[in-house]
Amino acid sequence: MTKREKRSIIPVFLIFASAALIPLVDTGYWLSISISVVMYTVLATSWTLFSGPTHYISLATAAFFGIGMYTVAGGLELLPFPFLVFLAGIIGAILAAVIGLATLRLSGVYFVIFTLGLAEFIRQIFTWVQTTMGTSSGLYVLTDITESIIFWELLALAMLVFGLGWWIGRSRLGFALRIIGNDEIVAAHCGINTARAKIVLFIVSGSIASVTGALLSPRWTYVEPGIAFSPMISFQVVIMALLGGTHRLWGPLLGVIPFTLLWDVISTFFPNQTTLLLGISFLLIVYLIPNGIVGLVEKIYSNWISGNREQFN
Amino acid sequence: MDIVVIGLLLGGTYALIAIGLQLQYGVARIMNLANGELLVAGSFGAFWFFSSAQLSPLLSLFIVTPLAFVFNWLIYQYLIRPLVRRAKNRGQLEVDSILATFGLSFIFVGLMTAIFGGEYFSYSYLEQPFNLLNQSYGLNRIAAFLVSVVFCVALYIWINRTQTGLTLRAVAVAPESAGLVGINVPNTLALAFALGGAVTAAGGASLSMFLTFDASVGVIFTMKALIIVIMGGVRAINGVIISAFILGFVETAVATLIDPGLTLAAAYLLFIFILLFKPQGLFGGHAS
Repeated sequence: MTKREKRSIIPVFLIFASAALIPLVDTGYWLSISISVVMYTVLATSWTLFSGPTHYISLATAAFFGIGMYTVAGGLELLPFPFLVFLAGIIGAILAAVIGLATLRLSGVYFVIFTLGLAEFIRQIFTWVQTTMGTSSGLYVLTDITESIIFWELLALAMLVFGLGWWIGRSRLGFALRIIGNDEIVAAHCGINTARAKIVLFIVSGSIASVTGALLSPRWTYVEPGIAFSPMISFQVVIMALLGGTHRLWGPLLGVIPFTLLWDVISTFFPNQTTLLLGISFLLIVYLIPNGIVGLVEKIYSNWISGNREQFN
Repeated sequence: MDIVVIGLLLGGTYALIAIGLQLQYGVARIMNLANGELLVAGSFGAFWFFSSAQLSPLLSLFIVTPLAFVFNWLIYQYLIRPLVRRAKNRGQLEVDSILATFGLSFIFVGLMTAIFGGEYFSYSYLEQPFNLLNQSYGLNRIAAFLVSVVFCVALYIWINRTQTGLTLRAVAVAPESAGLVGINVPNTLALAFALGGAVTAAGGASLSMFLTFDASVGVIFTMKALIIVIMGGVRAINGVIISAFILGFVETAVATLIDPGLTLAAAYLLFIFILLFKPQGLFGGHAS
């Protein structure tokens, strides 16, 4: 650990600890918004773990999320909840491994295309299975898990994700991924098994998204394919991560908080224009702040530093 | 037999759509995720002319297609060109253009929902039966198929027999070298992009003759077109046409034999199969 990292431990713990107090203060609107913030923080940060260094845009979050949700919804009568959450992680990992093996050995475009339709593909299969096997199109999730508990579970998961992200960032794997992101051919020539490195990290990312879906399942009492595999989740995760900035571990967080609050306002006041506004925010980010809020802050900061230096000289 | 003929008719329109995407991705090198939305815009165009002016889709094609050409040309000049200039390398451009066109697709869906509403649309045009090999098929399907054949043949001749077609092929093969022999590369790229969009919109207009559509269905067609292009090979026009027929046939078979809700799933299985065993496409040379 560097000195700087040691110094940041205490503030980070303080932030998490004070966040954990939220359910004690309010269990209404602010708790529900906080759940969304933590949920998207976990999803966007785990998305960035893979897509940040490699620049491979994954649009599959909804697929993993939905799989996790269905694992809990489908197995609740047979197995205990904690086991199902664990199982969701395993299933997500297997799905990610299969997708990775099929697409990550090839160029990035194949991966993007594949993930674009993945949630819809799985949704069609689930709908078909449910309508041919059973009579109803959805499943009931009846538990005594309150919103406060969901929040704490997600917060713990967020801590895990940040810890994992920090550890990957300083490991050989993280280093290998950054090289792949800069130039895949160079990476291959350095002796990095590029396909393996990408697949491993995609598995981590996908598994976390599945666990998130599993933890959130009790929040909806009724789960059906249209809700669980809603493609909007994938798009929002991508946009939040990009808004925050994908080259720092804490970047997505800076995108998640403003966007979740803004999105809540938008969907209350303009419920029919959400798609249009989502598209506009996408374009604004790509054209105006390509490196996200973090990139913007760092640029201003470095300008300020160099400005100060000039004054001294 | 039924499945083969319907699959063939559907495949014709798919070929047209996929060629549109191929022009944009193979020649202009922009992965356009808003392609399906432009297709739906074409469908809405044909629908609007039919319901407000009783104009046959076969005629409104001649209005919709040039409009789509101009519109796509503007998109390329004002939205894609800045990204091309900004990009330090091919990978950066790929990421940027995927994100930008992805955002565009949402804007189109939002606009079309705002203008036409979120429900399903269809109109009845040429719904008489037509007898073919002792079976009857909708005349509108056959008309749509003929439209695609005419467009595909025209494009094929244009690309292979004219001067402009030659520059297009040159830029597709080697954009850097094309500039050295006096080809205006930026203009050719814009032309390919605009032409691709126009062809896609024409495909959308002919699809609307026999398919029900809504404002948000575009992404499904983007997926299908992408799968066809990858299956056929990014720069092989013959491969794309054959792959379109394969997809049309497989989809029709799955829809009639198993469940109409599984058409995308069928396309996906085909996609996985291709990725695992022949990622450079059935008829392509090397993967790019």
